Amino acid sequence: MKRWGLYVPLVIFVAVAVLLWRGLSLDPNYMPSALENKPLPAFKLVTLDGNEVSQVDMTGDIAIVNVWATWCPSCHVEHAYLNELATRGVIIFGVNYKDDLPKARQWLAQRGDPYRFNIADEEGLFGLDLGVTGAPETYLIDANGVVRLRYQGPLSERVWQQEFAPRIAKLNGAAG
Amino acid sequence: MKRGLLIGMTLLWALSAVAVVDTWDFSSDALRTRYLEFTQILRCPKCQNQNLADSNAPIAEDLRKELYRLLEEGKTDADIIEFMVARYGDYVLYDPPLEKRTWVLWLTPAALLLVGLAVLVILVRTRASDASPADRGSNALSTTERQRLDALLNTDNTQE
Repeated sequence: MKRWGLYVPLVIFVAVAVLLWRGLSLDPNYMPSALENKPLPAFKLVTLDGNEVSQVDMTGDIAIVNVWATWCPSCHVEHAYLNELATRGVIIFGVNYKDDLPKARQWLAQRGDPYRFNIADEEGLFGLDLGVTGAPETYLIDANGVVRLRYQGPLSERVWQQEFAPRIAKLNGAAG
Repeated sequence: MKRGLLIGMTLLWALSAVAVVDTWDFSSDALRTRYLEFTQILRCPKCQNQNLADSNAPIAEDLRKELYRLLEEGKTDADIIEFMVARYGDYVLYDPPLEKRTWVLWLTPAALLLVGLAVLVILVRTRASDASPADRGSNALSTTERQRLDALLNTDNTQE
């Protein structure tokens, strides 16, 4: 009976080791979006082209909403991949977040415009409603405009295959 | 004279340091106090462990601006917390609510404290019983053992 007690430190050690080992692979920056599984916030805003749009214009199909800005270094890296996604038929809406509008228009003219439209969010207030913490961020929305995923950081083929593709397949499966 | 100048410059420096965080023009001191409280208890969503007052991340600036606007609009504390949680989740609260998801977080310290107390009680009891072996028959020496012990002790004495 007394011998058994000798294993207590070992058990505690193993428990702590497992806990810390698990902690190594967690991303401390990961923050669950408060918007996940909730509809996009209602809005009525102006695009970079000067048209007025609302959340209704973003619903109807599975799409991604990409938050970007010309001042954001990762957005430079990401842009080429967004262009590629657009050629594959992915519907992309943009939120031009806290940016200089002429610069943003110039960016799209020079680098190609993968977006259906871009909300001009100069003050970052729509970004606040989305719970944006920085750029780039990308939201996956279903046909009803419900947010299914929020991804922080630049998109790439690896991220798309890991995070977005399985969820889109699931959404398509559920619909069909 | 020189010292006066130095003190004066130091004070000016201190004033500018305070002003970096707090540039809002509040309509009342009560609002300012609430603003300062909120910037202490709300966590910057971009930073791992900084509150809104500490962080100079752009998002923290924006949230401070929103906080100022909400306060001036006469929103209640509950409204403001709701506004922040609706956008950034419980992550922004340094005091997350007690719910199923946060049981571990809230109850682990209490559980560990109980475990610690239990260990302490066991240790103290064991010590107490070790200190008085005569109380427990099994630990007491039998007559023959006592004789052997005396013999050994006596041997040691003669050798000295």
